[in-house]
Amino acid sequence: MGTASDIKLINEDGLRLDGRSADELRPMKIETDVLARADGSAYIEWGGNKILVAVYGPREAFPKHTQDIDKAVVKARYNMAAFSVDERKRPGPDRRSMEISKVISEALSSAVMVNQFPRAEIDVYIEVLQADAGTRIAGLTASSVALAAAGIPMKDMVVGCTAGKVEGQVVLDLSKEEDNFGQADLPMAVLPKSGNVVLLQMDGDLSVEEFEKASSMILEATKKIHKIQRDALAGKYKAIALERSGE
Amino acid sequence: MPRDEAGILSEIKRDFILRRLKEGKRGDGRKPDEYREISITPNYVPRSPGSAMVCLGKTKVVAGIKVEAGEPFPDTPNQGVLTTNVELLPMAFPTFEAGPPNDTSIEIARVVDRGIRESKMIDIESLVIEPAKKVWIVFVDIDVIDFDGNLIDACTLGVLAALKSTIVPGSKEGGKDFPLPIRNTPVAVTMVKIGDTLVADPDLEEEQLSSARITVSTTEDGHIRAMQKGDVGEFSMEEIRKAINMSSNLGKAIREKYFK
Amino acid sequence: MVKTREIVFPGDIVQAEGTKPRNGTYRNSDGTYSSCYFGTVQVSEQFLDVVPFSGIYMPRRGDKVIGKIIDVGPSMWVIDINSAYNTLLHINDTPWRVNPGDLKRFLGVGDYVYAKIMSVNEIRESWVTLKDVGLRKMEGGHITSIAAPKIPRIIGKGGSMVNMIKDATSTRIVVGQNGLIWIDGAPENVMVAISAIRMVEEEAHTTGLTDRMQKYLEEKKGEIVGNSE
Repeated sequence: MGTASDIKLINEDGLRLDGRSADELRPMKIETDVLARADGSAYIEWGGNKILVAVYGPREAFPKHTQDIDKAVVKARYNMAAFSVDERKRPGPDRRSMEISKVISEALSSAVMVNQFPRAEIDVYIEVLQADAGTRIAGLTASSVALAAAGIPMKDMVVGCTAGKVEGQVVLDLSKEEDNFGQADLPMAVLPKSGNVVLLQMDGDLSVEEFEKASSMILEATKKIHKIQRDALAGKYKAIALERSGE
Repeated sequence: MPRDEAGILSEIKRDFILRRLKEGKRGDGRKPDEYREISITPNYVPRSPGSAMVCLGKTKVVAGIKVEAGEPFPDTPNQGVLTTNVELLPMAFPTFEAGPPNDTSIEIARVVDRGIRESKMIDIESLVIEPAKKVWIVFVDIDVIDFDGNLIDACTLGVLAALKSTIVPGSKEGGKDFPLPIRNTPVAVTMVKIGDTLVADPDLEEEQLSSARITVSTTEDGHIRAMQKGDVGEFSMEEIRKAINMSSNLGKAIREKYFK
Repeated sequence: MVKTREIVFPGDIVQAEGTKPRNGTYRNSDGTYSSCYFGTVQVSEQFLDVVPFSGIYMPRRGDKVIGKIIDVGPSMWVIDINSAYNTLLHINDTPWRVNPGDLKRFLGVGDYVYAKIMSVNEIRESWVTLKDVGLRKMEGGHITSIAAPKIPRIIGKGGSMVNMIKDATSTRIVVGQNGLIWIDGAPENVMVAISAIRMVEEEAHTTGLTDRMQKYLEEKKGEIVGNSE
């Protein structure tokens, strides 16, 4: 976690810099089918994050030695646009993006019914156009929407959120300042039906009680986010059905 | 979009497009000198000093600008620096691969860069902070996110719109923020030759069918600022004159409609 | 309880009185069933299916598909059938007498065929044949596509939808189970047929589509030119 700052991140009324209460999410918007070429796609705005996801597949895994005779391999690739952060980022993968790609791939693999597609791969391309804290969770949440839009069978959606500790207080969905100057960061993703955890990372300093509080805040928030995912997917179809039935 | 379009253009599609061209129409019903629908969203990435998203038919690109202080090139101590980079993201097309720029993306970036540079669109002499020591470096980065042909024109439109919205963060170097000084609007128009017909703004199927490609960038004064012939086919001088004329007319129309 | 045409999401519990969950569902550990897809429910007399809005074609034995030759080997063609997996056509499964090494004379890269899936194994390798009535190399016309799960809507009950489009646009149409559709006729007519197919694609999940299609084709009558064939 970052160094302490002079800025007061939480005021006397318990409100955060952007005016949110401790358990309040930043504004979120998801759209589907934003790209023509991909088999499925989604776009998410979450706070200042702007992230695009494209899904290709299932398709025969290439190179051939990466094929698994029993199941599909889910390959997520998280990438930050050169202009996505304050200082220009050199294009191409680095250690951070490779680690994020790995944990996202693994989280998605537990939801996707990979056994239906022997020898195949499912590619999930995540492009961060504007980064504003919580990009991996936003990317993962949008990825599961893009997979559903691509018609890929899954036992459940994947829904994530972060929580953390700021000035000794547990808060939901860290902003950039809170991420930079807070005391702990806990990104987590679950399968909403079972509540089982498929992504979990943490850094900083949390007591066991604080972890309990943070994780239950996240679980509560994922219910809201799950609804946003579903509304985003169904929106266009419901609109067409409604329009046509009114004719 | 059908997965089938990703690879080799089929004989059936080839015949269909050629048959229509004989009647003076293109596969999608356009006239030879007609662009697909263009939409430009400036400031698409609001936290960047400049940005834009461009849709050219189904082709989509996002251009973002970063302006950072740095050292000038030794041979141009009194000029800022412009660098252009194009990323053909694997999300844009089934066969695009992650990795360092290949010859296609380098050619696109260089042709786009040349149009901007040779037209002197940006007044780079005014981007000096301390002569020979510190100047503004303008990083132009373009993400190709959906590919259906004619990337040179889509990327150029993105860069034009992004540069025009760019604010130089002068306050970071003890001065004031100021809009990037812009002199003109060089529009790139790309045409391909299919059979004997020259068509502007080719989509992917047309690119696959064509024998040769030509890009002509022109400015308000009608002057040519950059050209690039591509692919293995040939153009007669007559066809090149026709391409210049087409580019000049289309460039004017685009400038008036989108960059007034 | 869910009803026909209700929209469901991966993980949603799906059940309907007196039906057995079948395609597009999976069994939970407590004995209930959930949807595997973002799609719509289809309840028939005995079964409950979830049909996804989109998705890739999976080869099934007996399906007739349209595919594009993408590689030619010494005794087999490799065919892209708009699926996760390519399929293979062996020279013995064609109506022609092909000598090994002479395959390109019959079918080259970029050619389309209308073929039948002969067999599929457990790792989804499949083989097709051209030896059956109507199977052939496709010549002329135009190719378009639709998400494979929407193919039943394009065909309609007993072929009613596709026949309506064919008749109204004076075109010949072959629908592959894999989502590729071949259309032949005057280019203007082909364009109208494609726009009708796009309409089915967009409104596949709605009711009353047949009536709206009839109206739409009526409106487009003016754009149809006399049969050029």
